[in-house]
Amino acid sequence: MLRIEDLHVQVGDRTILQGVNLHIRPGETHVLFGPNGSGKSTLLGAILGFSRYKITRGKIYFKDEDITHLSVHERAERGIGIAFQRPPVLRGVALRDLLRISCQGNVTNIEELAEPLNLVDFLGRDVNYGFSGGETKRSEMLQLLVQNPDLVLLDEPESGVDLENIALIGHAINQLLQKDGFLGQERSRREMKEARKKAGLIITHTGYILDYVPADIGHVLYEGKLSCSGLNPRELLGCIHKLGYGECTRCLA
Amino acid sequence: MQEERRLKAQKALDKQAAYEEPVDFDRFHDESEDHPYLDNLQELPEAKQKAMLLAGVDVTEKERAGTFIQEDHSVIHTSVLDDGVEVLSITEALEKYDWLENYYWRAVAVDADRYTARTELRGRNGYFVRALPGVKAVYPVQACLYIGQEGLLQSVHNIIIAEEGSELHLITGCTTGHDVGSGMHIGVSEIFVKKNAKLSFTMVHSWAEEVVVRPRTTTIVEEGGVFLSNYICMKPVRDIQMYPTTYLVGKNGLARYHSILVGQPHSHLDVGSRVVLQGDGSRAEIIARSLTKGGTIINRGHLVGEVAGVKGHLECRGLMLSKEGLIYAVPELEARVDGVDLSHEAAVGKIAEEEIEYLMARGLTEEEATATIVRGFLNVKIMGLPADLEEEVQRAIEQSEQSYL
Repeated sequence: MLRIEDLHVQVGDRTILQGVNLHIRPGETHVLFGPNGSGKSTLLGAILGFSRYKITRGKIYFKDEDITHLSVHERAERGIGIAFQRPPVLRGVALRDLLRISCQGNVTNIEELAEPLNLVDFLGRDVNYGFSGGETKRSEMLQLLVQNPDLVLLDEPESGVDLENIALIGHAINQLLQKDGFLGQERSRREMKEARKKAGLIITHTGYILDYVPADIGHVLYEGKLSCSGLNPRELLGCIHKLGYGECTRCLA
Repeated sequence: MQEERRLKAQKALDKQAAYEEPVDFDRFHDESEDHPYLDNLQELPEAKQKAMLLAGVDVTEKERAGTFIQEDHSVIHTSVLDDGVEVLSITEALEKYDWLENYYWRAVAVDADRYTARTELRGRNGYFVRALPGVKAVYPVQACLYIGQEGLLQSVHNIIIAEEGSELHLITGCTTGHDVGSGMHIGVSEIFVKKNAKLSFTMVHSWAEEVVVRPRTTTIVEEGGVFLSNYICMKPVRDIQMYPTTYLVGKNGLARYHSILVGQPHSHLDVGSRVVLQGDGSRAEIIARSLTKGGTIINRGHLVGEVAGVKGHLECRGLMLSKEGLIYAVPELEARVDGVDLSHEAAVGKIAEEEIEYLMARGLTEEEATATIVRGFLNVKIMGLPADLEEEVQRAIEQSEQSYL
């Protein structure tokens, strides 16, 4: 679904990513670890095409199409969605209006989607204005549920969120990724896994979200490159806990 | 009294006003034929009806407590649909009520500047709108000041009185005929909000590219009175200079100014709002939204605290939607005694790239994203109007938006 080849990205004068290769197939959920400032958010931003991330080398393919030079909106249209780590406040724009515009009227049950996320009372409020950490993240999840993308990028979905809210967010992610969501489970787990088409890439520092969201493949982004790619995310997390990111330098050498 | 006033005005005919290049009156004329009075506004030609609608004035008079329409110098229609309110031309009102002399030029000084002076000496008509004591008018009164002749100088004197315990909403639409490019409008407005009365005054300016505008407005709010002023100007205009001022003279008075300004290319808008807090426990809020598409906007705000314990806040936000243009925000706070609480926040800039890209990531095109943010920026939900009136104002803004954004 997503294939990234030799990606080099600059922010301002600084080169942040120095040759990232990544392949995410339909149905897979990948997890991205890495120390602060290693370029995790840069990678997500580059996949979406935000203007501050300048791609100096390499290619991004989505559904076999080269999207390296497409606009943010064209990428969203093709099925990439993102939950921001720190989204901006939109004064005067009600959350409900944003949801309506973004789905172009295709989603009629906005209230129903908002209900389990405890966001019904927030629909009339300005987007992210005065929202707490947990409310902001839940609002990001609601926006993604309405948008219903094929590839979901999640930038630290659990940061600044208490345990109760992490569970809610975990449920929403599972719903987005066609794992088990809020709806009935009339199919077996195997059937569900085989039928799953949605893919995800999750940035996490703590790994708490992995208690709720099963993931397939883990990566560590270290000094602008992916190392340890392909390991089981939980195993990788355990290793980082024990040895720290310093261990990653050995793999990059 | 009248003699004395005229004498003062004579002396002030050349008196320079603040914040402006003096307007050359010779560019305009004030000769106009009289227009016939209309009992039914729907007899107006469609083009005129449309122009008035853009300024928030509905000729069907549905859900209105009353109407006043002045075309050039002629009052062509007045009506009252709510027994508790009065709507008259100021000329008629002065004949009818001797006591009105006590209000005439009381809030605005006749010799304030050359524009007030000229209005006294050569002005024609204007409206008198009054809510009787204790009356709560559900629907708004609408007033329209319309320039139908090329190059005309229209100058009017308005008086609004919300008597004790009353509630009144007034929409004033000022506009030009669709075929009028240039003109000048001077409007003196004196507004009185009596004890425990509430007045919302919404003014929509919908002028043309070569129109010069000099409103001169002062409001006096007594004990427990509430004055909400909303001002909307989104269409091209040559030059507007105004600095409406409210004096909160009584205890616990409240004033709120809310303005929405769009600076079209070649437009020059110098618009301020000032509140002088003189009564114990009085409060004031000034909210301004300025957006330039190439024009110049000078946005002033001034809060003056004269007794301890008063509270005021000023918020001024400006958006540059064009490489050209200028937004100049001048917030001023003036504490004249210890113990006043005045604050301001001002921010001027272009739309944050981050906000546009946030919306684009949700599937909006760049144009849709920009429009959404601009609409949000101009959102009137915070104007504090009754729901119906707010919808009305929102409609007026949308009309302007569609035509001019």
